[in-house]
Amino acid sequence: MAKVIVVTSGKGGVGKTTSTAALGAALAQRNEKTVVVDFDVGLRNLDLVMGAERRVVYDIVNVIQGDAKLPQALIRDKRLDTLFLLPASQTRDKDSLTAEGVERVMAELKKHFDWIICDSPAGIERGATLAMRHADIAVIVTNPEVSSVRDSDRIIGLLDAKTERAERGERVEKHLLLTRYDPARAERGDMLKVDDVLEILSIPLVGIVPESTDVLRASNIGAPVTLADSRSAPALAYHDAARRIAGETVPMTIPGEKRGLLGKLFGRRAA
Amino acid sequence: MTKVLTDTRSIRIKGRSFLALVLSPEPPLDAWLTRLDDLASRSAGFFLGRPVVLDVADLEIDRAQLKNLIDELGKRNVRIMGIEGGRPSLFEPGMPPAMKGGRPAPDIEIPAESTVEPVNAASAKAAASSAPMEPQAARAISSIVIREPVRSGQSVIFPEGDVTVVGSVASGAEIIAGGSVHIYGTLRGRALAGSVGNASARIFCRRLEAELLAIDGVYKTAEDMAPNLRGQAVQLWLEGDSIMAERLN
Ligand SMILES: Nc1ncnc2c1ncn2[C@@H]1O[C@H](COP(=O)(O)OP(=O)(O)O)[C@@H](O)[C@H]1O
Ligand SMILES: [Mg+2]
Repeated sequence: MAKVIVVTSGKGGVGKTTSTAALGAALAQRNEKTVVVDFDVGLRNLDLVMGAERRVVYDIVNVIQGDAKLPQALIRDKRLDTLFLLPASQTRDKDSLTAEGVERVMAELKKHFDWIICDSPAGIERGATLAMRHADIAVIVTNPEVSSVRDSDRIIGLLDAKTERAERGERVEKHLLLTRYDPARAERGDMLKVDDVLEILSIPLVGIVPESTDVLRASNIGAPVTLADSRSAPALAYHDAARRIAGETVPMTIPGEKRGLLGKLFGRRAA
Repeated sequence: MTKVLTDTRSIRIKGRSFLALVLSPEPPLDAWLTRLDDLASRSAGFFLGRPVVLDVADLEIDRAQLKNLIDELGKRNVRIMGIEGGRPSLFEPGMPPAMKGGRPAPDIEIPAESTVEPVNAASAKAAASSAPMEPQAARAISSIVIREPVRSGQSVIFPEGDVTVVGSVASGAEIIAGGSVHIYGTLRGRALAGSVGNASARIFCRRLEAELLAIDGVYKTAEDMAPNLRGQAVQLWLEGDSIMAERLN
């Protein structure tokens, strides 16, 4: 059964695209057929992070408008043959994504993939609501600072209102992914504590990804961080998060702290 | 020439009621505008995008002064959707339309010096709302319960009575109740109780981190709140024109 995941946040620059690529590659490494879909029409980035920018011929807008068939637009990863990219268009504007078009594309993707991961644009407008529309699972990417947390809260409200699942009276499964977490700054009290973020958002935590130059290094060589160096700290965090999304129970650690402390945090569930 | 209707479907016209904020300026208008600025500066964007009705029934004002007042409000991004209680001679083309028929909301007079006992307030409220109905029936429809967190950007508007939230109210979320507001969680956003004129309404929360509190139109912003109440379980009520607060234990 195909599962649709939306990676969303409200706020820009928090790590959605990085996380989409990293989780996509981590799930694909489990030998499950995975496609990452770029919904950020006009500001596409996922192709760069995946290292596929020079292989883009057709994009999602071409498929929606009938200029190309879906298989023509899908790009298979060179390193992992279970991983695919459906790129966004860089030249069209956001209005070229139509609700019916997106619905058709998602229905077709569901026939061929185990995981469909949608990289949402920032904001709460059309692009973001279309990206979340068909989601079964939402990964809410949040940085430990107030504006990011508030925007995430806003997005959680939309997930409960504007998705197909919500309209059917069902729930989108929500996971909090805390990214760009800096243990040194947390120590100094310059960042919101993990506990506070969890208390405010009251959704279960799926992972804490540390702030790390490994992320920049990976994106410079055009590889998801989980493929570039799968022993690096952010890669380990993303691998664990992917396993939790797939339903496994994996103990959680706060970067920079002793193991096990977070057992109680991960155990906390609400909403 | 006769016009030929090619599409003979009739136009559908529906009625819908909205809860508008009502501003009742008091003379001298300059001083009133200054107080409005003060409120706006502490609660930026409060009037943004909300329907606001200007009530001039008790105001000695002529057409030029009214025009000037509307302009001054416009400069503050307060857009007036209608004017209530104005003589016909006050209006000219281009002004917001005259409005009437606003549903009067229950208004309970409280003796100025007495402190309001919760019990008194409750019975006063039951008496006020029971006029046309059996008290029990009035009770049955006069509250709603929200069983999940109220998220940033969401607003719960319930002019008919009490709102209870089993969960937190996020920063940037708001609860607007005709009656009391009960939050079994952290109140980080705004709570407006007694919003259609009910001075005996109260606000209760398990943990106070609110951005704005209001009872019967009297406001308190985060900055005005006693710091020792922050993070505490608190109840708030109105005495005359001040919001009173105490810790719940
Ligand atoms: N864990 C991290 N450590 C360091 N830099 C990061 C991390 N996650 C993301 N970044 C950087 O932050 C920037 C924004 O990330 P991106 O994934 O494009 O965010 P979004 O898609 O939410 O706008 C990029 O430059 C990215 O390399
Ligand atoms: Mg992005």
